[in-house]
Amino acid sequence: MIHQDSKTILEVRGLCATINNIEILKGLDFTVKSGEVHAIMGPNGSGKSTFAKVLAGHAAYEVTAGTVLFEGRNLFELAPEERARAGVFLAFQYPIEIPGVANSQFLRLTYNTVQAQRGKEELDPLEFDDFVREKMKLLEMSPDFLDRSVNEGFSGGEKKRNEILQMALLEPRLAILDETDSGLDIDALRIVSQGVNQLANKDNAIVLVTHYQRLLNYIVPDFVHVMEAGRIIKTGDKALALELETRGYDWVAAEYQAASNTRAAQGAT
Amino acid sequence: MNTVTAIRRPAAGYLETLLAGQPQLKTSPLAWINALRAEAVNRVDVLKLPTLRDEEWRSTDISRLTNLSFSPAQSATFLEAADIAHFFIEEATTRLVFVDGIHAPHLSSMASCSNGDSSVMVSSLQTVPATHAATIEAHLGRHAAFRDNVFAAINTAFVHEAAVIVVPRNVALAGPVHLLFIATQKEVVSTPRCLVVAETGSIVTVIEDYVVSYQPRWQEEPHFTNAVTEIALEDNARVNHIRIQREGAHAFHIANCAVSLGRSSNYQSVSIALGAQISRYNLDVLLAEGAECAVDGLALIAANQLADTHTCIDHAQPHGVSRQLHKCIVGGSAHAVFNGKVKVRQGAQRTDSVQSSRNLLLTSRARVDTKPQLEIFADDVKCAHGATIGQLDGEEVFYLKSRGLSDSVARNLLTYAFGAEIIERIPVASLRHRLEQMVIEQTSSPS
Repeated sequence: MIHQDSKTILEVRGLCATINNIEILKGLDFTVKSGEVHAIMGPNGSGKSTFAKVLAGHAAYEVTAGTVLFEGRNLFELAPEERARAGVFLAFQYPIEIPGVANSQFLRLTYNTVQAQRGKEELDPLEFDDFVREKMKLLEMSPDFLDRSVNEGFSGGEKKRNEILQMALLEPRLAILDETDSGLDIDALRIVSQGVNQLANKDNAIVLVTHYQRLLNYIVPDFVHVMEAGRIIKTGDKALALELETRGYDWVAAEYQAASNTRAAQGAT
Repeated sequence: MNTVTAIRRPAAGYLETLLAGQPQLKTSPLAWINALRAEAVNRVDVLKLPTLRDEEWRSTDISRLTNLSFSPAQSATFLEAADIAHFFIEEATTRLVFVDGIHAPHLSSMASCSNGDSSVMVSSLQTVPATHAATIEAHLGRHAAFRDNVFAAINTAFVHEAAVIVVPRNVALAGPVHLLFIATQKEVVSTPRCLVVAETGSIVTVIEDYVVSYQPRWQEEPHFTNAVTEIALEDNARVNHIRIQREGAHAFHIANCAVSLGRSSNYQSVSIALGAQISRYNLDVLLAEGAECAVDGLALIAANQLADTHTCIDHAQPHGVSRQLHKCIVGGSAHAVFNGKVKVRQGAQRTDSVQSSRNLLLTSRARVDTKPQLEIFADDVKCAHGATIGQLDGEEVFYLKSRGLSDSVARNLLTYAFGAEIIERIPVASLRHRLEQMVIEQTSSPS
């Protein structure tokens, strides 16, 4: 929801990033305010997932230019765990399996770590068990998932629900959902989307990275951005997603190319 | 040539030192015991200490051990039950305690054996109950070959007091039996000896536990444990064998265990090596027709520790099943060795064997030598083996950090998880929890 007096949560200016010396992000600008839902769409290889990982602090990516302010702080001064504690959350496209670590143990450890950091009360195993079971209802998850190893043997849909469960526990200010809809059947998509919608409020913000308009029927974005070759080249409202669904991405790229040619021509005169 | 003599002479002297107390052993009224000892002494006279030139010891340098001299304890340190209660395992009502290799009756507990079975005992081998004499004679010294194994030979030369568990036919022993070996004195060598005989259709869980209790702990100095365990499973018997080596940081621990499985018997073993500056565990498992075994192990070492596990699973007859998962977590500049041989003899058709060695190196100075080996002489078998050596997975570490966990907490959790897969296989809950705690502490301490 767009509010007049909402605070800026994320401000990205001219972001460039490389992996193995290959430039993926090439001057990305992006602003998110509290209460908003943003969708980033774009063809494969346009840099959507890279952007998500750079925000979370993945070590494989090197930021070569630009700034990112998260609630006014320089995000790049924070280690990945500090970003998480400050309220940045990335729901992974491919959640990692961790055999040998019980999901309940992992969830409680992360929850208490973040709670402690925020000066809030930690929960003992019994208290946490009650608490997390309530949250699991939101995602129609069986309590059996607490006893299993983190994501081990989970189906694609179960892994994504487990990601959103973590989002529910950690209550981030900025949640980046990297292709959370991929691999979900219709029912799972509905459940996951309902969960996300319930977690959205006027003080946080959600960025959906997705290939498909389908997700946006369930989680309605305030803004839809098209990413191409490491930049955001067009921003619209939810109608843009529908247009992309029917027309594809090529026209957006062509329009952007024409516009930059015009700018270049104007600049030359 | 002079150089060679110069190297060999102290080595021979070393064995003489280890044997020094042997003639003082009281002669047993049992002729076969005296004969067994004499045979072992003869072998020690012939055998040499292993060096890096011996194939079975090529990765394991024991010069730190052989540069020191050890002799048997003159007397055991007196310990109160309260001193060692923290080692007790609540499920185990039957407990045999040995201090520096000497049986401590006042610390032992035979609660579950008061029902007349009398199946668990410490035998001085001076007298053995008539009911079990034939059984003990048939098994003691018959499974753990000492002909070519100098450490097993030394242990056998000293055989005088043994922890003996005989589980009668079709009896399922309710709780686990805890065999607790406590080292308390420096420069002492102890030669623990265990014999487990599970008669036809019987079931037993045995916990073999090696600990250190120096007072105070920081005064700990080197001691040497040279253990031999023999386990015989008659047809359809089932033995769970848990072996915990949590000796002190200065200790030397060399152990040989030989297991013979009768038809359709089942042997499940989990061995955990945490302590000792140098440890070596040889486990030989011999399977008869239709027998099954699971032989799992975890070595968790740091600093300058060396932990070596050599196993040999010998499928002598058809339809045997063996499963082995051995893991090493190596920190500091520690060195882990795993050598796992699986033999399938001619005629042992339909053998089904899976062996896996997985190793986690926590530092650039840590080292592991792993060698899974298959020797197959039958043509209708299913055998798989493999080894992996790696570091913590960067994506897993990032995943945990992205949830707010610090780098060190993330790494400790993943290290713990790697080891937990083995610890979870221990069928005694309180021991499992204690080991999980120990692994968490050990992985959290800087190495």
